[in-house]
Amino acid sequence: MSTWDLFSYPFMQRALIAAVFTGIAAPAIGTYLVQRRLSLMGDGIGHVAVTGVALGLATGGSPTWTAVLVAVIGAVAIELIRERGHTSGDVALALLFYGGLAGGVMITGLAGQSASRLQTFLFGSITTISPSDVVVTMVLAAVVVVLCVGLAPQLFAVAQDQEYARVAGLRVRAYNLLVAVLAAVTVTVAMRTVGLLLVSALMVVPVATSQQLTRSFRTTLGAAMVLGVLASVGGLVVSAFASERATVAPGPSIVLLSLAGFLLAWPVGLGVRRRARLRTPFDDDLPDDHDEVDDHPHDHGPACGHVAVPHDDHLDYVHDGHRHAVHDRHYDEH
Amino acid sequence: MTAPQPHGRSTTPVPPIALTDGAVSLQGRPVLRGIDLQVAPGEFLALLGPNGSGKSTLVRTLVGLWPLTRGRLQLFGTDHGDFRAWHRVGFVPQRSSATSGVPASVREVTSAGRLSRRRLLRPLGRADRAAVDDALELVGLADRARDGVSQLSGGQQQRVLIARALAGEAELYLLDEPTAGVDRANQEALAGALAALKARGATVVLVAHELGPLAGLVDRSVLMRDGRIVYDGAPLGDHGRHRPGPDGHHVHPDHAGRPHPDHTAHLGAPLDVHPGTHRSGGRAR
Repeated sequence: MSTWDLFSYPFMQRALIAAVFTGIAAPAIGTYLVQRRLSLMGDGIGHVAVTGVALGLATGGSPTWTAVLVAVIGAVAIELIRERGHTSGDVALALLFYGGLAGGVMITGLAGQSASRLQTFLFGSITTISPSDVVVTMVLAAVVVVLCVGLAPQLFAVAQDQEYARVAGLRVRAYNLLVAVLAAVTVTVAMRTVGLLLVSALMVVPVATSQQLTRSFRTTLGAAMVLGVLASVGGLVVSAFASERATVAPGPSIVLLSLAGFLLAWPVGLGVRRRARLRTPFDDDLPDDHDEVDDHPHDHGPACGHVAVPHDDHLDYVHDGHRHAVHDRHYDEH
Repeated sequence: MTAPQPHGRSTTPVPPIALTDGAVSLQGRPVLRGIDLQVAPGEFLALLGPNGSGKSTLVRTLVGLWPLTRGRLQLFGTDHGDFRAWHRVGFVPQRSSATSGVPASVREVTSAGRLSRRRLLRPLGRADRAAVDDALELVGLADRARDGVSQLSGGQQQRVLIARALAGEAELYLLDEPTAGVDRANQEALAGALAALKARGATVVLVAHELGPLAGLVDRSVLMRDGRIVYDGAPLGDHGRHRPGPDGHHVHPDHAGRPHPDHTAHLGAPLDVHPGTHRSGGRAR
């Protein structure tokens, strides 16, 4: 049996569907978290959601829905704490994170559930996802994506400049809470795919990768969603192929593949940014008096290979710490 | 066959800003006290004063970011609490908040200025795009529209924030220190954009530490100290230390022929106290 035959099994097809939907939704909301410099918020919500999962296991209810409930409450609490000020907010968030994780482990133990049951939620178990869970995943992920893309102008403005947004008449607090709730929903959706402890990676790493190469918000958002799908489907396929030789869990494969993408894009981004910085036009005034360069042995020109930077009405050629501008038959030092 | 005007008051222009006896406390500390300020349509007002005098607080109060603890604020004749026509107000905040954790292009940040006019879940229409183009043209950044904001210099980023306010096609603009930390070339680009606004008849309230190239645009100066207005009248020089001389007021060719409703009262008569409006007229404390 070849490995591809694995994908004819229903459990693998369900896993693929779940991977596609979480791969799109997680970076969509993640972009707004990164824009607010709240990259770790997904992680915090994930910790809080552990308690929700444990409550579901303890009460015999559905861990998915108790996790959604507790994660939303936690996310709204984080948002309200953040809104009230930065100084103590940081510490309050930490308290919430660890309280959520410890509470979850404690409740699981008290309820007599095994730690391995909890572990499927902590690190994901996409291949054991049930048909009804797939439907829930698809619906919730679709809601997240539609709101993130449809309300992009508003969400962008609120995250970019909260005060301006408020003066423009937007309900800033409502949008902030919406982002928190969507993040909570995404965390619980992705908990079956990559697990609560790794979900933040799928929300943040594709965004970090795409912004290495983008200049606008829209392309960052779009590219992050594409990268998210590539990573989650790719990770699933990699783990399926590798499973012949070793136990390779899909969750970590997805995250590691995503990180590998970042490692590839990062040096390219560094180079692009360095190049852009070198070529930024000089906007200082032309000096009234300047030094002439005597006997410059080199002819600067379009093909000379030195960096040419626009300055007022001419080009300055930059090399070895000099800025040389052509003036009549000689060069001036600008 | 035209119906008669219901009140016959249409000839009196509604002041874009009318603040009476305003006071603001921030975290229990009184910051502004006894502020009376009326701004007439088309007026270009410079709000001057040393650091900590409350001029930024006043502007932030006028746009509703700080609540009044006392007094009454009306925008375009509507009480502030009931005011919903935020598309008539363009705000340029102080800090250079143009960048965030994710790249954004100059055009995207400028387009945010259209939000007060857009409905939910509708794409940018043709009028929106034209207004954004026009705003970028006005601040001289049309050729940088596709570049990332973080690639621009500080002064250019400030111009993007101004373009964002311009894109909303407001009638009243409030700018909080747009010239702070901005080099001369960018200040001149900014002055050009504000001159064009003024020529279109917009009302401008500008907080500034120094006016620089903007000085020629100012119709009226308000000087603040310790949370109070200590001077309200003809334009002052850069630091507001001295009273304007007889030639302290100059006429600009681009608006010489246009009426300035609240303008003539101040001209040459900075010592006149407007009854019930200005607490200390032109008298420096």
